[in-house]
Amino acid sequence: MGESRPGSRRAARDVEATGATRPRRRASFLGVVGEVLITVGVVALLYVSWQMWIGDWIIGSEKHKEASALSESWLKPSPAPSASTTPEPTPSETAPSAVVVPVQDQQQHGTQFGVMTIPRFGPQWQFTIAAGTSRKDILGQGEIGHYVDTAMPGGEGNTVYAAHRWTSGAPFDPIDRLVIGDAIVIQTQDGWYTYRFRTLEYVQDTQVEVLLPVPQQVGVAANDRYLTLTSCAPKLNMLERIIAYAVFESFTPTADGPPASLAAPTVGASS
Amino acid sequence: MYAALWRILPGPAWVRVLILLALAAAVLYGLFWYAFPWAAQFITPQESTVGG
Repeated sequence: MGESRPGSRRAARDVEATGATRPRRRASFLGVVGEVLITVGVVALLYVSWQMWIGDWIIGSEKHKEASALSESWLKPSPAPSASTTPEPTPSETAPSAVVVPVQDQQQHGTQFGVMTIPRFGPQWQFTIAAGTSRKDILGQGEIGHYVDTAMPGGEGNTVYAAHRWTSGAPFDPIDRLVIGDAIVIQTQDGWYTYRFRTLEYVQDTQVEVLLPVPQQVGVAANDRYLTLTSCAPKLNMLERIIAYAVFESFTPTADGPPASLAAPTVGASS
Repeated sequence: MYAALWRILPGPAWVRVLILLALAAAVLYGLFWYAFPWAAQFITPQESTVGG
C-alpha cells in the first residue's frame, strides 16, 4: 500500500531502525504457531529417545539403588523375629534338593519381599520383587511382580514372576540372553535362593499353564522347585509372552554370606 | 515466542545463552523424570503377564 510513500509508517520504522535500537518485529500469528509445532515435534522426538533408551536407564538405575538398599538391610544383623531358624540338613542327605529351605508365607499385595539378581545381566542388574502382578502399581513401577498364589521362593512347586521388557526400567529386557545354567538368585530376609536357568519358551498370553506347580503339566502335583519368568515378546509388542524356566539349586542362609552363584558368569557370551 | 524469550532475558548475549541452557536442562529434567514416565502409561501400555 504505502510502501513508496515517504511518510508511511513503514518508512518511519525503517528510519528508526537505523538508530541504536533495532525495531521490534511483531510476532506473527503463524510464526508462533510454527514455533509451537516445532516444539511439539522436538518433545515428541525426546519422548521417543526417552522411551527407547534414556528412560529405562534412569528408572533402572533408580531401581537398582532401591534393590541394593533393600538387600543390604537384610544383611545387617537385626533382632527381627521373622529371621527364621534355618533347618539344618540331615547329615545323610547331601543333595541340595533335600535341604529343607525356609519358605515365606504369601505376602500382602505390593510388599517388597525379595531382590532378584541375575549375574548374566551385569552388575547393575538388580530389581525388587513385590507381591502381585498388577500393571500400574507394581510392573509399571519397575518392579518384578510375583504371581499371587504361585509358590514363594524355595517352595515346592513353581514360583512365577513377571516384569516389563521395555519401559519402567525394563527388568526383563535381556531375558532372551539367558544361557543355560545361568544363576537366577532371589534374596529374601532369610537368605539367597539360587535357581539355574534351563530353557525359554514362547507362548500365547492365554497360556496360564506356565503358572502350574509343574509348568505346562496340567494335573501334575508339585514334584520339584521351579522358577518361571514371564515377559512380553516380541520386544516392543504385546502379541506373545516369553517364558524362562529355571530349577532350584540351593539355598544359602543370610548368616553364611552371599553365595558363589552371585559371581559373574564365565560361560557363554555376555553382553 | 522464542524471540520474545530472548528479549526478556537480561544481560549480555553469553549470559542469556547460559540462562537458556539452564532452562533447557530444567525442562529436560522435568520431562525425563516426571512428564514422560507419567505419559508412558497411556502411550505404551504393556502386558507382561499371562492370563491377563
